[in-house]
This record gives sequence, C-alpha cells and structure tokens, in this order.
Amino acid sequence: MGSISGKYCIVGMGETAVGKRPDATTNSLHLEAIKACLDDAGIKNSQVDGLLTNQPLNDSHRSYAVKLSHMAGIDPLYATDLALGGATPIAMVEHAVMAIDAGLATTVVCVHARKRSTVDPTPGHPIRRGDEHWEEPWGHFAAAGGHAFAASRHMHEFGTKSEDLAEIAISTRKHASLNKNATMRKPISLEDHQNSRMIVAPLRLLDCSLESDGGGAVLVTSTERARDFQKKPVAILGMGQHHPHFSLLDAPTLVTLGGKKSSETAYKMAGLSPKDMDFAQLYDCFTITSMITLEDYGFCKKGEGKDFVKNGRISIGGELPLNTHGGLLSQAHLEGQLHITEAVKQLRGNEVEPERQVANAKVGIVSGHGGSLAMHATLILGAL
Amino acid sequence: MSKDERGRATRRGQPYLEEPEAKPFWAACREHKLTAQRCSSCKNIFGFPPQALCPHCLASEYEWIELSGKGTVYSQIAYHRSWHPAYQDKIPYNVSLVDLAEGGRLVTNVVDCAPEDVKIGMPVEVVFEDFPEYTLPKFRPVK
Repeated sequence: MGSISGKYCIVGMGETAVGKRPDATTNSLHLEAIKACLDDAGIKNSQVDGLLTNQPLNDSHRSYAVKLSHMAGIDPLYATDLALGGATPIAMVEHAVMAIDAGLATTVVCVHARKRSTVDPTPGHPIRRGDEHWEEPWGHFAAAGGHAFAASRHMHEFGTKSEDLAEIAISTRKHASLNKNATMRKPISLEDHQNSRMIVAPLRLLDCSLESDGGGAVLVTSTERARDFQKKPVAILGMGQHHPHFSLLDAPTLVTLGGKKSSETAYKMAGLSPKDMDFAQLYDCFTITSMITLEDYGFCKKGEGKDFVKNGRISIGGELPLNTHGGLLSQAHLEGQLHITEAVKQLRGNEVEPERQVANAKVGIVSGHGGSLAMHATLILGAL
Repeated sequence: MSKDERGRATRRGQPYLEEPEAKPFWAACREHKLTAQRCSSCKNIFGFPPQALCPHCLASEYEWIELSGKGTVYSQIAYHRSWHPAYQDKIPYNVSLVDLAEGGRLVTNVVDCAPEDVKIGMPVEVVFEDFPEYTLPKFRPVK
C-alpha cells in the first residue's frame, strides 16, 4: 500500500467573525462556517458528500454531523461526530482523508464552532468528561488546574519560569495585533504578563486562552480533484495521533504528552523533520501547552523550550513563527479549528495581512490537544 | 446533594458514593482506611478511579487492600480563583497530585501546610477529613 502523504488536499476553508457573537447560536455559527468554506472553495452544498464535526458540549446535539449536514443541504455518504476535545479539528481532517481513501466519500467538509463567550441559547445540558468526581471534591475544577500541574512539574524538572511562558503569550499577542479577526489585539509586555492576576499558580491570566464565539471549516478532497477548485490546494503531507492517558490520575508524565509519538508518525508519513517546518500552529489553550509541544515536536530538546522561545525565534520573521494568527490565547478559542485555517492561508500566500505572512511558507505543522492533556493530533501541511 | 432540572443528582464538588466500582473505596475512607484494588493475577495496583477489570492485564479478580497511606507529591498547584461557591473563602488553596507508595495516584489536597510550602517530591501521608455524608483522603507532610 502506497503512502497516503500528498494524496489529499484542503481545497476550501472558512472562518466566521470571532469574539462575542451574542445573536449567534451553536447551529448558526456552524452553518456560517460551512457556507464560508464552500464559498471559498467555489462549490455548491450539493457537491459535498461527507461531513465531520466536533461533538458539541451540549447533550441536545446528538448525531450532530448528520443534523448539520441536512441543515446545510448536504446528503452525506459519510458523517460522524468526533470527540477528542481540542484534538478534534485535526482528527476530523485525518478522518476525512481516511474516509475518502476508503471510497466512502469524495468531498468532505470538516466544521467546528463554539458559543462560549456569550450565552448559548441552545436548550440542553452540558456534557461532562465523566471523571470529575475524582477531582472536584478536592477543589480541582478547571482546565487551568490541569495545565497548571503540567507547568508546575515542567518548572520543577527543567527550571522553566513564568517569565519564559510569558514569551509565548507576548509573541502570540503580537501576531493577534496584526490579525483583523482577532479578539485581543493590544500588545502586551513581560510586565503586563507578570502583573496579570494568578488564576491557578503557576499560571496567570495571560497564560490562559480566551472563551470565544465563532466557527471554522475546511474542505478535503483528493489531490487529483483538487486542481479543479478555484483556490490553490494545500496538501496533507503527514498525520498522527497519540492519546497517552485519559485523566491526571493515569498520566505517566505531564511534561511529555501525546505530541511526541503523534509528531513522529506525522514526520515519518511526510518524510520530513522539524527543520523543514516554515511555521508551527501549536495548540495554546495555555502557554505551557505550546512550550511542551515545541519540545515534543523536536524543535528543541525536552526542557529546552524555555530557551527556544526567546529572542524572537517564535515571532513572524523568526526561525519558527508560532501561532501566526494569535492562537487560542489572543485570537479566539475554537479548539484549534483556526490553527488549521491559518495554516492553509499561510501556505496559499496572499491571504493574510501582509505583515503577518510568513515569507516563502512551503510547509507547516499544526497540533491539536484535548482533555486533561490527554489527546493529541498532528497535521503536516504543504503548499502544492 | 443538589439536583438539576431533570432531577438528576448534580455531584459537582462531591464524590459519587454509589458508583459500584468505587463503593468499597468510599466505605473504607469512612473508616479512615486508604484502600486500592490489587489484581489477583498480575498483582499490580489498579490505580484510580476504581474499575471492574485490571487495567494492566484485564483480569477480573482483584482484592481491596489497605495501603500504607504514604505518598509523594508529583505536582502541586494553588487555586487563586474559585470555580465553586464552597471554595470562595478558601483561596488560595493547594491541590496536589499524590503518587501513592504502592501505586496509583490521587488528586487531593496537602493540608497542615501553607500552599506555598507544598513542594514537588515532598513525602506525604494520608489524613482523613470527615464531612456529614462522606470522608475524603487528604495528605500532610511527613514530619
């Protein structure tokens, strides 16, 4: 069986306006993202035959991919909801490739939207992970807590400091300041970061991502068919996943996560290595998440992330521009859906504000990360 | 225990005492004993939460054993923000991941110690805090 690398492409992408969307609903944001994606690709809904989405965090949305398909006028030969938290948007692209390769569909839209900044009027009840009652009785409630455990341990093992994590927050905000569709655009300084209030020590407010309304979508088809679409196709070169634990209670370590094996699978599939990457869009629900992923992806050795992120290396114009859209920290938190659309735009060229464009971007890597630092997925994308 | 609008118990902030696999654990806590499942086949400790089959070898036979109550702090954090009304007057408070000597890990609190004095690698021992409906294992520094 030949390699799947480069046989499938992203041929359309759409993003909604992000931030506070008080008049929108979970349903409307998904539809808006699908429409933007199909318009970008230049095709009609009737030409789409597959749909993947993220299981919404509300129990009124069962079999949501099927519901969304029919709300969007799509008659799917393949549709399902995935539930890998913030690893889902990447996993959706991977599943689209697998479904097309298996002959189940030809043209698959992958869509994810969130309504978390303003009240979601959708009826129903929130979905829970299922092991909260082994955490909450001791006052452990939030994603910030889980990631603070990782930050605390990373600091203990490698001497990482809050000021090192700040480098990621500052650079990411700088990129958001250049992005017209970003929520937080005012540049921040090291002092701002250090003066921001403690949320769960050692993580401060400016180590934490946003709660956002918005949506995004990408359209996947074969490279053979991709040439018929109006925009420059972006090839899917490498894919990977790894889910090394489920909860904090069974995590073998919190300083090396699923990104290590997930990226190894993706690099091998693509026949590429970290030095080939022109940019990285790495999941940044918290600053520590990107720091650990930079190490797990082999951009530096384990524990050396604190030095890697310094001296402008991760800013646009630097050696490895990181989260050129402003990430979950400063653009919007749509569980990484916009990390993918941003990578597509960077590789097409001429689709972002000129000062935000990575010069000669040919190949980029994208990460997704979900649950209690549990789930991980990787994509390597390349200009065709 | 509070109820949601469908009458389902909302356990936010409380252990789920009636979960079949975990019932013996919570009953032992009530007697101030820290217990865990040990596989009768591979002899490994299951870890937490309790479950029906051994996570190491999938054997279904196990016994509940009493643990020494000794452990080590794997990681520690301090909540400066409250996500639950019951914790509003407790911030900042410590939450720790404690690796137990025999195996298994708990999310718990290190008590009898200021949050800033809880250190990774610190040896700790179990203490029990009784509430009207349940008892929680917590840990304190070994003196």
